Amino acid sequence: MTTKPQSAPKNSQIVQPPPGMEGPGFFATRVDKAIGLARANSLWPLPFATSCCGIEFMATMASHYDLARFGMERLSFSPRQADLLMVMGTIAKKMGPTLRQVYEQMAEPRWVLSVGACASSGGIFDTYSVLQGIDRIIPVDVYVPGCPPRPEQIIDGILKIQELAKNESSRRRYSDDYKHLLNGYGIE
Amino acid sequence: MSHDTLSELLSKQFNTSILNCTTDFGMRTYTVALPELYAVLKFLKDDAACNFFFLTDLTGYQSADEQHLYVVYHLHNLQTNQRIRVKSQMPIQKPECHTVTDIWPSANWMERETYDFFGIQFKGHPRLKRILNVDEMDIFPLRKEFPLEDQTRDDKNDKMFGR
Repeated sequence: MTTKPQSAPKNSQIVQPPPGMEGPGFFATRVDKAIGLARANSLWPLPFATSCCGIEFMATMASHYDLARFGMERLSFSPRQADLLMVMGTIAKKMGPTLRQVYEQMAEPRWVLSVGACASSGGIFDTYSVLQGIDRIIPVDVYVPGCPPRPEQIIDGILKIQELAKNESSRRRYSDDYKHLLNGYGIE
Repeated sequence: MSHDTLSELLSKQFNTSILNCTTDFGMRTYTVALPELYAVLKFLKDDAACNFFFLTDLTGYQSADEQHLYVVYHLHNLQTNQRIRVKSQMPIQKPECHTVTDIWPSANWMERETYDFFGIQFKGHPRLKRILNVDEMDIFPLRKEFPLEDQTRDDKNDKMFGR
């Protein structure tokens, strides 16, 4: 017998269990689905905020938009405990090595959210001193467009990261493809 | 000291090395021949009557014909609240001038910045390396021969804009 969706209160959504087998006193599902569910709903973000997108992030984090609704109760200001690197703002070329080091210090699995035009492509700062998109130095999972994006857009990006975390194969981080991806950026 | 007195004093001391003296944007500007630049600046600092002991700014610029670089010093006498500007021209093939870090120690970072953006070599500077841009940069970005835009972008060709 498969599980039925639980009835949720009107106008609210709670996390649904993954597909699986249910019987009296037990529930069987796939390990990677269970782990994905746990990971997706307890991401610890590391905010790397350098400019106006960082201000939008502060609004996203604060009570009105409230990141805690998505299991992000605690922002991790140490990369070693963070799962999600949120890069928000213009990254100057001189800051590139710092950002890269922060990324390298994060433990697997790790995701990267690039918020705003500057982090994604250099934005209006097409100039000798600005990195033309952080994907030149680290791999990016989700891009959020906007200059700066509204908190709703940042939340949309976070929900997409959650989808990635939920559906990621438990073997992905050990795969040759992933190693190849990191090697493409000269990491490890 | 009035500006006229200062002009007379300078032309008496350095004669033909003071190439030009104008008032631009309400500030007296002296153009000095490059070989005498260091001596003029040292005189302006050390002479009791001049006493320009504060170096407000040190920067550079490139002439419109792109053949010359200029180095510009803004001096300030805080006691009489007198400000002057001193500049000197150098050929772009050989942009070299003497450091003033021994006259005003605050010139250290400003000369590094001027080197960073214009490539002007300050002879005798204790540590002339880039200060704001990345060390790997191989251009002097505020010179006209180098483009302002980042040259690694490939998404800004005319095809993208329907031209």
